[in-house]
Parts: sequence; structure tokens; C-alpha cells
Amino acid sequence: MISKRIVLHFPKRLVDEPIVYNLIKEHDLKFNILKASITPEEEGLMVIELAGKAEDYDKGVKYLKSCGLKVESLSHDIRRNEKKCTDCGVCVPICPVGALEVDPKTRKIAFHDKKCIACELCIKICPTQAMEVHF
Amino acid sequence: MRTIKEINEKIKKGQVVAITAEEVIELVQKKGIKKAAQEVDVVTTGTFGPMCSSGAYFNIGHSKPRIKIGGGTCTLNDVPVYPGFAAVDVYLGATAIPDDDPRNKVFPGEFKYGGGHVIQELVAGKDVRLEASAYGTDCYPRKKLETYINLKDLNEAVLFNFRNCYQNYNIAVNLSDKTIYTYMGSLKPQLGNANYCSAGQLSPLLKDPYYKTIGIGTKIFLGGGVGYVSWQGTQHNPCVKRKDNGVPQVPAGTLAVIGDLKTMSDKWLKGISMLGYGVSLGVGIGVPIPILDEEILKSAAIKDEEIFAQIVDYSQDYPQMVAKSLGEASYAQLKSGKITVQGKEVPTGSLSSYSKAREISEELKSWIKKGDFLLTEPVAQLPGAESGYSFKPLKERPIARLK
Repeated sequence: MISKRIVLHFPKRLVDEPIVYNLIKEHDLKFNILKASITPEEEGLMVIELAGKAEDYDKGVKYLKSCGLKVESLSHDIRRNEKKCTDCGVCVPICPVGALEVDPKTRKIAFHDKKCIACELCIKICPTQAMEVHF
Repeated sequence: MRTIKEINEKIKKGQVVAITAEEVIELVQKKGIKKAAQEVDVVTTGTFGPMCSSGAYFNIGHSKPRIKIGGGTCTLNDVPVYPGFAAVDVYLGATAIPDDDPRNKVFPGEFKYGGGHVIQELVAGKDVRLEASAYGTDCYPRKKLETYINLKDLNEAVLFNFRNCYQNYNIAVNLSDKTIYTYMGSLKPQLGNANYCSAGQLSPLLKDPYYKTIGIGTKIFLGGGVGYVSWQGTQHNPCVKRKDNGVPQVPAGTLAVIGDLKTMSDKWLKGISMLGYGVSLGVGIGVPIPILDEEILKSAAIKDEEIFAQIVDYSQDYPQMVAKSLGEASYAQLKSGKITVQGKEVPTGSLSSYSKAREISEELKSWIKKGDFLLTEPVAQLPGAESGYSFKPLKERPIARLK
């Protein structure tokens, strides 16, 4: 079993095709959509986590590419600048996946980057600009 | 039981018993009030959070030829400072922003740099760009000045915050259907989150609820250096409803504080950017509480479970000046990560850093134990719970216009 996070770019002509449906149905993969949006020029972007057997995963990605999608690994990530963070915790209820969490004992804020889905909600709300996007 | 003078003698001899406002809770649970009061000389408190009514004044020294900035304009790293004093004294407010900041034109504005950030950079020892213009006089002929300044070269650099250290604060929620951006952080719609801002059981004025020991002249930890309480803070409001333990149920007392910026550190003074709201300064403050009698110790040992704050809607009630509480929650509940509001479980977020507050209380404790920090007697009391001193709303009186 493997689990990977990838970014899919849908060109305009494919935005209304049931591609994810076909991907899952025909390749026996589990999926979790982490982020999905359509830009003003009507291109689609989706961050998706795929889990399944390695060979099914490879076939699935091949299928996506054959449809004309651009497939990238999730390359931009969110990091915390430890020098800037004051451990206030205002980010904690904003994070939709619990990647920012208060340690009940130390009252410091733990950042679990494995849970992070790079939605970037924490970036602008951090009072000391401690959360950074890296490409 | 003991006087401040006696405590100072013990500090000088290295015999003082100083513990933090967290440690005293444990001690009282173990040994009881009486025994603990006999043992402990000083309890140290701490708080670290955004405190908007903060700022610093500087005397930058006279240029050759001289310039009178008073009555002119002046900026530090493009952030306007208030120059309405003599020739080269200026005051920089924490929430000032550059004239060309886009503010909330594209909502919500990011407010990445302002007065709070300039203060942080100065304290960090960085050069800051000063630009001033003046109208010129016979004795002060110069009209333009552009120079780098550095904290170490200034004659005086004084942090002077006229409202810090709020004794308790609101819990902010949003009952509306859209996200709102407030000084209490971003509040998600329909009770998406509840944000609070107090160190609770470590917060100075919550551990001396009737201001028995904290008064004008009290020496404190301020921004990593030494400061003093200079007055009651603005909006000081001591006569509010209190619980039986004396702790106010709503925002109450405040402190005005002052200290030499040159002794402070950028670890404890941080520029703050609040999305859609503006800039501010994160300030670290610690206040020692001398245990003069059992009552003072009893208050100093109040814990999060016994301190309650009001839940306030910031979408309608707060902006419209409607005094309404949706209920209350204790700091113990807030720190558990969720509270219940109108039957709904709501995740909590804190603006005040409890871990930093704890670090300050430890730091102040170590200063006292090492003999580096003596306590002071207040020279005057803050207006107290029976004083009648109050925080009034503005009574608007429309100005008649000529037709």
C-alpha cells in the first residue's frame, strides 16, 4: 500500500469530465480531495491524496496523464519559522485538518507537517508571519 | 506577615522564596493557604499578547544645522510618527502604518508592517530610516532630514504603553454567515471558532484582583527589560461585576507602563499583523506579587477553573456597542480546546501566548532569586473596585453646520 499527495491541473476542456470518478472506479484507489478550485480562466486545480497498491497507483497516474491532465507531486510546502512563532495558538482553530495543535502540557503549538494539506489558511492569519510557503 | 522591605532584604541575601503564579497553585493544593503564605515571599506572573495602546518615544539628537521636527512630519521606515513636541522628540505608536499601505482596499488587508514592527527592529539593533520635513525657523533653519538611526545612538528611547495587561478579556465569536476579521483574529461564520486573549492564571492583574500590591511605581518585567507601572491604563474599569474570589467577569483593570527600550529585547516585543484589522505590538510583561498576607496569597493562587470570561459576538454586538454576553467560560475550559456556545461545540484559539507567559514568570523569578531585581513599594494605589472610577462610552454631540 502506498499513499501519495499529488496536484492535478485540469485544462479548460476537461473541467466537466468525471475524471476522478473513472480514476477511482477503474483503478481501485482510495482518494481524499484536499483542495479543489477552478480559476477565472476555468482551469481546474485539485490537490488529492491517493492510496492503494503501488501498481494500481502507477496505472491511475498513467490514466490521468492519458486524459491530458498535468500531474505534479505536492511540491510547495508550508513551513513554520520557529524564530517568529510566539506559540499563541490563534492558528489552531483555523487549520481544517488539525495540523496545528496545542500541546496540553507545554502549551506550545505543534505543527504536524505530515497532516498539512497546504491550504494556506494559516499563512495570512499568523500575527507574526511565522507560517511560510516554500516552493 | 511580611513587608516589601523585609522581602528585599531576603532578595539581597539570596534567601528569598519566589515561585511562579502556576507553582503557587500547586503549593496551595499541597500545603494549604496558611502554610504556603508562611513559606512564599513573592509570586511572579507573566503575560504575552498583542497590546495596541503601546508605543515608544525617542529623542534622536540635534542635527547640524538644526531642524525642528515639531509641527512638521516624520517617518521611521515609512511609518508616520507623531512629531507634535519640541525639536527632536517623536512618539511612535504601535498601530501606525505607512501612508502607502493598501489598508483594507483589497479586503482583508494584510498589514504586514507598521509601528510595532519598527519597534521590534529598533530593539533588535537594526538601522531604521528616518525621514523628516519641517517648515524652518530662524533658530531651526533646516527643512529636510534623511538619515539612518540606531537605538544605541538615540539619547532616550522609552517604551511607554498607556494601556497594557488587561485584567480579563472577552471571548470573541461570530454569529453571522461570513468570516469576519477582527483584532481578536479571524472568526469563522456561525460560531466556527472562539478566540480569547489572556494568560488566565498567570496574568498579573488576575492574580491581584483588587490591586492590593500592584500600583503606581511597581517595578516590573517589561519587554525583557525593567519597567514600571506609571499609571492606571486607559479604559481602566475596576468597578465591574466580580466573582466571589474577586476576579472580574469582564475586562476590568489596565496598566500604563514605562521602561527603557534600550534594556529590552526583540524576543519580548514583536510586531503583530492582524489580517483585515491592522498592526500592533506583542508585549511581554511580568509583575511580581509580594505575599504580604494570606489574602494576597489566596488571590495569587486562583486557578484557570475559577476565572471566567464572557462570550461576545463580534459580528453585530461588539461593533454596534451592544453590551451582551452569550454566556461565560472559564480559562480551563478555553484551554481544553473547545467550549460550548448556544449548544454548539466551538474550537478555541488564543491570541495570548501561554507558553511565553510561563517563560516570563520563570525569568522574573530567576531575576529575583539571583538578587538582580528588588521590589518597589507603590507610591500610589490604582483606582479600586469601590472607587467609582469608570469607563464611559462617548456621548456624541452633533456639531451644528452653517447652512
